[in-house]
Amino acid sequence: MTELRELARRLLSEGTVNAVLGWEEGPRGARPAFVTTPDGADRLIFDPRCVHDLASYLSPRRPHLKKLGKVAVVLKPCDARAVAGLIRETQIPRENVVLVGVRCGGVLADPESTAPLSETTVADRCRGCPDREAKLADHVVGTAGAGFPGPSRRAQKIEELAAMPVDRRWDFWQAELSKCVRCHACRQVCPLCFCERCMADKSLPRWIESSPHARGNIAWHITRAMHLAGRCVDCGECERVCPEGIPLGLITRKIAQVVSDRYDFRPSDDPAVPAPVGTYRMDDPQEFIL
Amino acid sequence: MDSATPAAAGGFEPRITAFVCNWCTYTGADLAGTSRLQMASNVRIIRLPCTGRIDPMFMIKAFERGADGVIVSGCHPADCHYNAGNYHARRRFAIFRELIQFLGIDTGRITFSWVSASEGAKWRDIVNDTVTRVRGLGPFTAYRKLVVDPATVPAAKVTSKEVPA
Repeated sequence: MTELRELARRLLSEGTVNAVLGWEEGPRGARPAFVTTPDGADRLIFDPRCVHDLASYLSPRRPHLKKLGKVAVVLKPCDARAVAGLIRETQIPRENVVLVGVRCGGVLADPESTAPLSETTVADRCRGCPDREAKLADHVVGTAGAGFPGPSRRAQKIEELAAMPVDRRWDFWQAELSKCVRCHACRQVCPLCFCERCMADKSLPRWIESSPHARGNIAWHITRAMHLAGRCVDCGECERVCPEGIPLGLITRKIAQVVSDRYDFRPSDDPAVPAPVGTYRMDDPQEFIL
Repeated sequence: MDSATPAAAGGFEPRITAFVCNWCTYTGADLAGTSRLQMASNVRIIRLPCTGRIDPMFMIKAFERGADGVIVSGCHPADCHYNAGNYHARRRFAIFRELIQFLGIDTGRITFSWVSASEGAKWRDIVNDTVTRVRGLGPFTAYRKLVVDPATVPAAKVTSKEVPA
């Protein structure tokens, strides 16, 4: 933590950056923080409560960041994959951001929790996560725990669902998706959902019915999953912010598995690796096409 | 050709929407017609410039509007009029197919195929096979039931005029 604060102080006092995006102590656990003065660097923290993906603040959809100019952002390995995605898709110039990687051994499922990090309190997505630090980062600070072994409960649930008959799966998803209130928090928090005008907001034609009922909900969640195919970095924010507790991670993980199995692509923090959707190979498998 | 003969009176006749590319499958379907090939009449064709233009949203929209099945068809690999549209589409379709399967939609309702401009007979077989298969699966009532029935929505108890100032 001292290392992180000293680095932030140095970056700010030397004028390398105008702001550091990190986490601070809030009234309800850790929360994102914008530090703009060298003295403010002492506010910064990093511990397992720092679950938020700060890469979503770099998204060009958030114009307030432009006013700050060059910024530094503190990143867990999963967040660095999101930054790599933004660079890959030419949304942010690499030279405009200073990336501060923090070594990470997993975070809590709940940023408001005061429980110590353990096998029961760890975020499910951290189970089996192989990354302890971001290779993309300009600076890497801190020490990491050993991480947690997989498989995640989500992976088990995906297998369980896959084994169900198709109509039972439909019932499961209808029960989940019917809870959706279409607040679009999953979209707003997503670091890779950066369209200035979302398809879900278009009214001529109205592709996705906007009122929260089952037919519009499934159309929205299919569209969201398709648009994140091969792009989702599994930061888990969509599922965390969902006010209805819909297991959105199951869908994004399922698609990530498909993309990994079929096209040998896993989200990496190397922006030079091409995205699987938008590129192709002549010999892609096509067993389902007659 | 059983699938080409109308079902007995009162039997279920599926509605199939076909999204086809202009250059290969549309021409192939046209060839099937000009060759007077007999085939099921359940398919409504929507012509698009390329399979690369076929957004998965189209298929969702078809189901929303009451289709029981969907056919998606375009040029064979290496035959795309725009060089690579079908290669891009192939990846998207593969992911989409796995996604809807995961969400509980029977993939038997969607046929993906490559039909070239000279394959009128293959188009006939695709149409007949799809109609037979979807007829077996029955009407897509699960999707149609997702529509909000106004009768089930409780009437608002307070109108805006009654809200105290």
